[in-house]
Amino acid sequence: MSEEIIKDVIVGENEDYIINMGPQHPSTHGVLRLEVCLKGETVKYLIPHIGYIHRGIEKMCEADTYQQLIHLTDRMDYLSAHMNNEAVCLCVEDALQVEIPERVKYIRTILDELNRIASHQLWWCAFGMDLGALTSFFYGLRDREHILDIFEESFGSRLLHSFVMPGGLMHDVHPNFQKRTKEFIKYFRKKLPEYDQLLTGNIIFQNRAKGIGYMSRETAIGYGVTGPSGRGSNFACDVRKIAPYGAYDKVQFNEILGTGGDTFARYQVRMAEMWESMNIIEQLIDNIPEGDYTAKMKPIIKLPAGEYFRRVETARGELAVYVVSDGNKSPYRMKFRTPNFSNLFVLNTLASGHKIADLIAISGSLDLVIPDIDR
Amino acid sequence: MSSNLYDFSTLTSSIHAALSGMMSSGWVVFTELVLIGLLFLLFYALLGLFLVYLERKVCAIIQNRVGPNRVGKWGLLQTIADLIKLLLKELIPIRKADPILFNLAPFIVILASFMAMAALPFAKGLQAVDFNIGVFYVMAVSSLGVVGILLAGWSSNSKYSLIGAIRSGAQIVSYELSVGLSILAIVVFSGTMQLSGIVESQADGWWLFKGHIPALIAFVIFLIASTAEINRGPFDLAEAESELTAGFHTEYSGIKFAFFFLAEYINMFIVAAIGATIFLGGWMPFHIGNWEGFNHIMNYIPSMVWFFLKTFFIVYLIMWFKWTFPRLRIDQLLTLEWKYLLPISLVNIVFIAFIVLMGWHF
Repeated sequence: MSEEIIKDVIVGENEDYIINMGPQHPSTHGVLRLEVCLKGETVKYLIPHIGYIHRGIEKMCEADTYQQLIHLTDRMDYLSAHMNNEAVCLCVEDALQVEIPERVKYIRTILDELNRIASHQLWWCAFGMDLGALTSFFYGLRDREHILDIFEESFGSRLLHSFVMPGGLMHDVHPNFQKRTKEFIKYFRKKLPEYDQLLTGNIIFQNRAKGIGYMSRETAIGYGVTGPSGRGSNFACDVRKIAPYGAYDKVQFNEILGTGGDTFARYQVRMAEMWESMNIIEQLIDNIPEGDYTAKMKPIIKLPAGEYFRRVETARGELAVYVVSDGNKSPYRMKFRTPNFSNLFVLNTLASGHKIADLIAISGSLDLVIPDIDR
Repeated sequence: MSSNLYDFSTLTSSIHAALSGMMSSGWVVFTELVLIGLLFLLFYALLGLFLVYLERKVCAIIQNRVGPNRVGKWGLLQTIADLIKLLLKELIPIRKADPILFNLAPFIVILASFMAMAALPFAKGLQAVDFNIGVFYVMAVSSLGVVGILLAGWSSNSKYSLIGAIRSGAQIVSYELSVGLSILAIVVFSGTMQLSGIVESQADGWWLFKGHIPALIAFVIFLIASTAEINRGPFDLAEAESELTAGFHTEYSGIKFAFFFLAEYINMFIVAAIGATIFLGGWMPFHIGNWEGFNHIMNYIPSMVWFFLKTFFIVYLIMWFKWTFPRLRIDQLLTLEWKYLLPISLVNIVFIAFIVLMGWHF
């Protein structure tokens, strides 16, 4: 904390205009409270207050078996539910040293990317809304519906799937899965340029986004900002490239890096990632090998005593799972390193000195999901 | 205009004559005032309901949706249902709010739009008050609304409201200039400030077409500046629901909120009507040069239809802006006005004065 904040908040010699954004506010995307200190319209500094949706997921995990606690991880970053599940499963599979069927790896990777596209679509909707372009919301949701329909057909649920289980999948995907995914890719390749026509090229949008909320590469590394937000600052942090899991070592794809470091760069990285995700799915969807949908697992999973660590790339950055096991059927301690937690706390650095409207744009460009921060 | 078709002045003067036969002149004036007031109240309420319905349908079309379609045929009764809901809602008293100003603010806002409407020429011979300084009056009265907005923001005892109100104040004070100058451009062309006079001067062609490029520039500036003046997107900074929740009317509920809501839509209609009157010929039909037959057919369309067609064309444009563009930031908003619109309109008006002086316009 800077001297100024200490003087203002702790000593109480504050003559500035302080407003509370949240916990109920249209653009904090959940129950986040930002204590914003204003000077006129300009943000002097802001203090994020978290914990309004803290459910103690890490502690609850200690009472559950590994099959059960998968369902809790959905509720962290609900827009990357599939990746959250996969992170825990990879950790358990590592510990047990089971060999996963190739089919499972392919399907998991395809679902990862579908989930990433759906998440980025919703981000695009909400980002447009944050900037006051209300129509973008309906364009994004229109296309996201197609992905959710595919999910619904295969898993029975649209948002929180819990489809991945330690050792494989809950059950096999629906026979229509391949056909519908291919149809979606074909459809979305036509619809994604509409996003650019509606928002990206708009002069008002570009003025609102360019040069706003500059984050240097050092800042990104310093705060541990990962995912598209970090990559917008030229920070190569894609776990899919650094430590490939699933079928990512079998596909050709580029890690999208932006150089601008501003809101517009982060925007462009996410837009480009949607194209890249479609490329990945297209490479995999026709080559899903036949085989079992799960490895042979014991009904009660007991991890050998020790510490296990795995990380995956969610739609918002690097999710790391750290499990300490004492040999029982539930973990002794479970820790999630969630991307949004780190991404949130860079907000003060980015938004200080900008206007209120920019604060909304910047927090929109970081794509925060609040339950992921509080856990 | 060749014919006196659909001239409302015959109707109004016959009513006047009938009333004069019945009572003394003082009572005639009183009765007429009451009648006009009632008519305006009715028109105001119906127009508000219709505009809200129209906006919901227009934005639904833009957003790939259907829009209201459950209450009544094509959802036509939806806004009436909404109105009943708003009437029945509790008026929440705000602790530490200034009660007098807090309750007064919605009335000032709605009063401003009500007064501006009095001077609009709806059709041939249908105008409540025909001031000889009509343009001046409309501008003066419509900018009264900002007083209500400032009061609402100040008296609500809410920080969001205050920011919204101050934004709105800065915005309206700035954009008033451009609106004024762009209207002044046409006043220079037509040589009168009387709204009916301006309409009459467009009998042989609308100023948008007669005034060469300067009139076109003035029209574009008028559209931008008046959209900003009525606090609609992309200039809806005073409300900016993603930043300030609802801006100056955050703390209002029930019918008081409905007043702000209604005034916003009526203001949209008023600026569209002024735009149509000044640039698009008001209730004058569309004529093309010497095409006698065509012009004759156009004369058969009632003047009121022409007026509302043109007005709703501009209303549609303003709605279109709102649902496609992102919102500007406050400094960008003021930059746009003071660095671009104002200098352009100042140069434009000098240019127009030169054109009129040389007699180059049609």
